[in-house]
Amino acid sequence: MNTQAIKAIYRFEMARTFRTLVQSILAPVLTTSLYFIVFGAAIGSSMQQIHGVSYGAFIVPGLIMLSVLTESIGNASFAIHMPKWSGTIFELLSAPVSTPEIVLGYVGAATSKSVLIGLIILATSMVFVPLQVLHPLPMVLMLIVTAFTFSLFGFMLGIWAGSWEKLTIVPTLVITPLTFLGGSFYSLDLLPPLWRMVTLFNPVVYLISAFRWCFTGQADVSLALSFGFIAGFLALCLALTSWMIRSGWRLRS
Amino acid sequence: MSNMTQAPVLSIRQLCKAYPGGHQALKSVSLDIRRGEIFALLGPNGAGKTTLIGIACGLVNPTSGSVHVDGHDVVVNFRAARAAIGLVPQELTTEAFETVWAAVSFSRGLFGCTPDAVHIEQVLRSLSLWDKRNSRIATLSGGMKRRVLIAKALSHNPRVLFLDEPSAGVDVELRRDMWAVVRSLRDQGVTIILTTHYIEEAEQMADRIGILNKGQLVLVEDTATLIHRLGRRELTLTLQQPLTALPPGMDATDLSLSEDGLTLRCSFEQASGQMPPITQLLRQLEQAGCSVRDLHTQQSSLEEIFVQLVSTGK
Repeated sequence: MNTQAIKAIYRFEMARTFRTLVQSILAPVLTTSLYFIVFGAAIGSSMQQIHGVSYGAFIVPGLIMLSVLTESIGNASFAIHMPKWSGTIFELLSAPVSTPEIVLGYVGAATSKSVLIGLIILATSMVFVPLQVLHPLPMVLMLIVTAFTFSLFGFMLGIWAGSWEKLTIVPTLVITPLTFLGGSFYSLDLLPPLWRMVTLFNPVVYLISAFRWCFTGQADVSLALSFGFIAGFLALCLALTSWMIRSGWRLRS
Repeated sequence: MSNMTQAPVLSIRQLCKAYPGGHQALKSVSLDIRRGEIFALLGPNGAGKTTLIGIACGLVNPTSGSVHVDGHDVVVNFRAARAAIGLVPQELTTEAFETVWAAVSFSRGLFGCTPDAVHIEQVLRSLSLWDKRNSRIATLSGGMKRRVLIAKALSHNPRVLFLDEPSAGVDVELRRDMWAVVRSLRDQGVTIILTTHYIEEAEQMADRIGILNKGQLVLVEDTATLIHRLGRRELTLTLQQPLTALPPGMDATDLSLSEDGLTLRCSFEQASGQMPPITQLLRQLEQAGCSVRDLHTQQSSLEEIFVQLVSTGK
């Protein structure tokens, strides 16, 4: 295995993150803090408890997931799209690097950054709301697996996208609405039966539900279904990414 | 063991590439590159030079045929094959926001080498980039960016270096510096394969030349042999007084008289050795009462040979 290449890609990507610290880390933290101020402190103070916790504490898992999903996709897609766009991808494609090594380098860096942001948001939320994590180990594991899975998804997006516009379409028009409508700010139990059924077709519901279980011990949908969905989506992303790189789809002539 | 008897460092067999849409970029190209030589690949735009390099480096998937680098198939044993290769692409594609040092170090890591500050420093110094090591690449001139690309390609000590149009858009000084670097690499045993539009570059640097035209390898020849075999020499005699016709006894020679009657020319194939005896010519002219003011011989350049070969589609 070309571990030097994995390290080189990882360091290169992380260096970019720290070089653009304000945009990379502080911006998502600030945005999430604003959510807490508006929904947690201002509006949340007049709302009832949900799942036995205050509204402010209830929205924490959803807000973390919202950031982790968008950051994972954004970072990984940018990481591979930028060299594709600028032409520096030639070096990666002509290097003695295998598919797993490329994925570990790029997706590993995007995952690290997303997990870091998720943990920073978690720490920030503790400033605004009293928070308890009932299952800390599954919470961390889920954070890592979700970040890795959606970084893989973002990596594929970066390979697929032929323009910067296409790169932003999926996160903006698909992921953000799905996250908002996936139970980030409400419990599915509060929805009328018809809308509840419709919402179950939203894959992000399973992510947020399982992640919230790590905090409150309660989930909107079955945990087995949630973990099954995450495992299935991870397997699908791994298979597709592997095929994309090995075949050179949209990378090699 | 001489380079001639060693196994070729790059072996291309019946390589074909057809792009979607039907364009046949390479048509059964077979070629062996000797270890330690400088090989120039010439050809007009669209001849297939960059495609050939792209396949050898893993950037382009071949339709059929094989490429072996140092005995390793570039598809089956891609890792060993690519580790031996350095590529300097035609376009100035670099990481704009990185420093020179970071970009070159990144390349070294990508090719599986452990960090080696001494080697990177040596490479940067050899390319006059040491003073710019902490500069962001976006702030460098085009020539400097070209040097960075070469430094990146040399960061992992490649045994085969591909230079795709290395002189495109660089000034004379840099071109000469680059030639010096290339010769020094050849002296260290690195095999260099370059494509160029500057025939002068190929003529001065290459040990052998291959000419690609419309996806086919037209010829491969030692540079000196090629110029000798296909080159022409021309003898020009400038006279003091104009002539109206060739002097008696000289009309049977290959001499031709210019319209103004002041110049006599004789063109012959260099390989034929049919150079007319100059002293005899001069004596004949003197006997005919003609004084020669100047005498000039000219050898056709590689560029003329190249144009001739490509235009005749040979």
